[in-house]
Amino acid sequence: MSKDIRIKKGLDIKLVGVAEKNISEVKRSAIYAIKPEDFHGIIPKLVAKEGAEVKAGEVLFYSKSDERILFPSPVSGKVVEVIRGSRRKVIAINIAATATQEYKDFGTKDASNMSAEEVKNHLFASGCWPFVKQRPFDVVANPNQAPKAIFVSAYASAPLAADLDYTLAGKEPELQSAITAISKLTEGKVHVSVGANSNSPLSKLNGVELHKVSGPHPSGNVSTQIAQINPINKGEVVWVITPQDLVIIGELLLTGKFNATRTVALTGSQFSKPHYVTAIAGASVSDLTKDNLNTDNTRIISGNVLSGKQVKESGFLGFYDNQITAIPEGNDYEFFGWNKPIFNKISTSRALTFSWLTPKKKYDLNTNTNGEHRAFVVTGSYEEVFPLDMYPMQLLKAFMYKDLDEMEALGGYEIAPEDFALTEFICVSKQPHQKIIREGLDLMREELG
Amino acid sequence: MSLKQNLHNLKEKYKGTKMAPAFNAIHTFLYLPNEVTHGGTHVKAADDLKRTMNIVILAMVPCLLFGMFNAGYQHYAAIDSSLRADVLANFFTFDNFWIGIIKVLPLVIVSYGVGLIVEFIFAVIKGHEVEEGYLVTGMLVPLIVPIDTPLWMLAVAVIFGVVIGKEVFGGTGMNILNPALTIRAFLFFAYPTWMSGDKVWVYDAVNRTGTPDAISGETILGSYAQNQEVVYSTFDKFMGFIPGSVGETSTFLILIGAAILIFTKIGSWRIILSAFVGAAVMGIIFNQVVAADIITESSKFYGLMNTVWWEHLTIGGLAFGAVFMATDPVTGSQTNKGKWIYGFLIGFISIMIRVFNPAYPEGVFLAILLMNVFAPTIDHYVVQGNVQKRLKRAKVKTA
Repeated sequence: MSKDIRIKKGLDIKLVGVAEKNISEVKRSAIYAIKPEDFHGIIPKLVAKEGAEVKAGEVLFYSKSDERILFPSPVSGKVVEVIRGSRRKVIAINIAATATQEYKDFGTKDASNMSAEEVKNHLFASGCWPFVKQRPFDVVANPNQAPKAIFVSAYASAPLAADLDYTLAGKEPELQSAITAISKLTEGKVHVSVGANSNSPLSKLNGVELHKVSGPHPSGNVSTQIAQINPINKGEVVWVITPQDLVIIGELLLTGKFNATRTVALTGSQFSKPHYVTAIAGASVSDLTKDNLNTDNTRIISGNVLSGKQVKESGFLGFYDNQITAIPEGNDYEFFGWNKPIFNKISTSRALTFSWLTPKKKYDLNTNTNGEHRAFVVTGSYEEVFPLDMYPMQLLKAFMYKDLDEMEALGGYEIAPEDFALTEFICVSKQPHQKIIREGLDLMREELG
Repeated sequence: MSLKQNLHNLKEKYKGTKMAPAFNAIHTFLYLPNEVTHGGTHVKAADDLKRTMNIVILAMVPCLLFGMFNAGYQHYAAIDSSLRADVLANFFTFDNFWIGIIKVLPLVIVSYGVGLIVEFIFAVIKGHEVEEGYLVTGMLVPLIVPIDTPLWMLAVAVIFGVVIGKEVFGGTGMNILNPALTIRAFLFFAYPTWMSGDKVWVYDAVNRTGTPDAISGETILGSYAQNQEVVYSTFDKFMGFIPGSVGETSTFLILIGAAILIFTKIGSWRIILSAFVGAAVMGIIFNQVVAADIITESSKFYGLMNTVWWEHLTIGGLAFGAVFMATDPVTGSQTNKGKWIYGFLIGFISIMIRVFNPAYPEGVFLAILLMNVFAPTIDHYVVQGNVQKRLKRAKVKTA
């Protein structure tokens, strides 16, 4: 079937520390933090000054480029600190939470009776617009453009990713309501993809085109799916929403409350008991991981090991993230590490590396770079883990020397940094692919967007 | 304190100084660095460039060892041709290997020594890390020069090759021409009378010239080019019991090297296979030319043109070039489609030069250098194909 997506190129990185399927409640954090850098490309204009009292859903700041795009507080409480960096850039807004959550009431809505304009305005007002992201450039969607389609990937293929079939189970009403609403925003279709053999709560939704996905990571990445279903051409825009964010939008429509509560997977070898917890966006990492984490020489990541952000134990869960990964730091030397046979690390070559012998084995990888930064040398290896119809190395080089014509021609509109996570993982020259792509996309957005 | 701790302290001490790259080069040789990821992916695959290069070197070791035995064997067999009657009994002897030790090892040492000194100097001046590219080049060079190449010539050529072939472009990964072949080409064009004679291929043949002990140092290609009879059997040619550059004679061991490169996914099987196919096609064309009586025995091209096409694959440097030099990812074609074209043309042009070049009957290194120059052009058209597809998709949409 043409509707189904099957890819062969890619790589499943199997790691120790898959989250067990049980959910525990953790106590409400004292402090929640919202970091504007989670919303890439947004310049925040602060509304809630230090000392302001906010309810969950009340605006903290808005986007300088479009003041309709509001960013809400996930909890009720008091803004205790606005942390600023150089040139007074807002780094984080810390909110001391009240003991019980109070919600701002946005009123219940019947999605099927709303017009496109009403849906849009409701998402603006309730602070749910930031959940809508766009391609090209992988940023919060520009509401002035009309998307040719909307994509929702409910198949998480990244290493140790939260199992969406499990975390979203029972959320059908919210999902349906959200889908009904957002489908008003596009002339085209809403494409939802689920795992080939899954009983995803998203597989029974009305008003969507369903795709079954199979194959190794990055089959769950939206770019991979877009490329197969309806590739982006120059001048076109598609919007992307994650299913866990659809639940928040759905709950808003059904109850009138902005409830940024998610089921978060605690994964990785440094957790003594990897499992799921429920948490509100911006929750403190130390509260989520309490009595469960080996903090000795540990890298804590908000998100997955490929594209997540490093956070400190005293840090906070990222706004969009539904996963915390903890793996050992690799800050030690390894004697003759460059030429001895390797059994405990993953490799796509067979250069005295033996992970090809044990494709099912789970590895406990650390953060060592396993080599030094070099110029691009090896060719042909990226293509094996890169399912998009592009030339990844040529594209990366064009992004490095910033030739806008080439960046555009080679497929720059169709990619997000996460699509280059696997090529970065296997890169023999240890080049920072995702950074190169991010910076290039920012330039493209500035010059061409 | 342990060695690990001592080295770590030294590294911290040298940090930011001019000598840091030189020290780090030695340090990272002993220990995989303690560098961790920051930003981007938090974990990385096991391979680095050192490991990749190391595999290529490993794949060449059989050729080197064989070359050391062969150095002695060709020397003694040139003196007493009765040794050729029973190759296997007379090949793996210590006397043969000793000639290898006194003749081949110095080539290896000079190649690595001079090349790495140049690399270190550039790393210190430019402030970049010492890159691994020369580990492979340094091994390739002694394998593709004639046994009697004077060491000073080799040293001059290595300096030229590393500086002009690589460092002026910015080091490993930036060069246009294969550095090892640049070195080989320099030797050939700077010292033509020495390098293209019929003497340098067998140890001591040069010194003995004009004396009653004179021996021949002719290669098979040399004999063919002069329309002479060739005394070696197909088995000899395939196994490599023939005169030639140090490490390129044994097609059998080169194929083992190719198997290692392909299995470890480090060498491109597309290039290797298509180079052999290209050479075979050119060989068949020439055979047909002879069969059609277009070229007759009186022609100076007759000897090589009449060589059966598959024999072309086993003699000269074709196999070595196709497996170890054409597959250089930096100077070769970088797209998978491009690799087919690139490899095919290398094989095709190699045999063409081999047959038509009267001065020096081996074309592989020239063919590879030529294709090095054209590789970016090939890639350009391959990539443009992808670009056109994207544009076309957009047009269909708007039409």
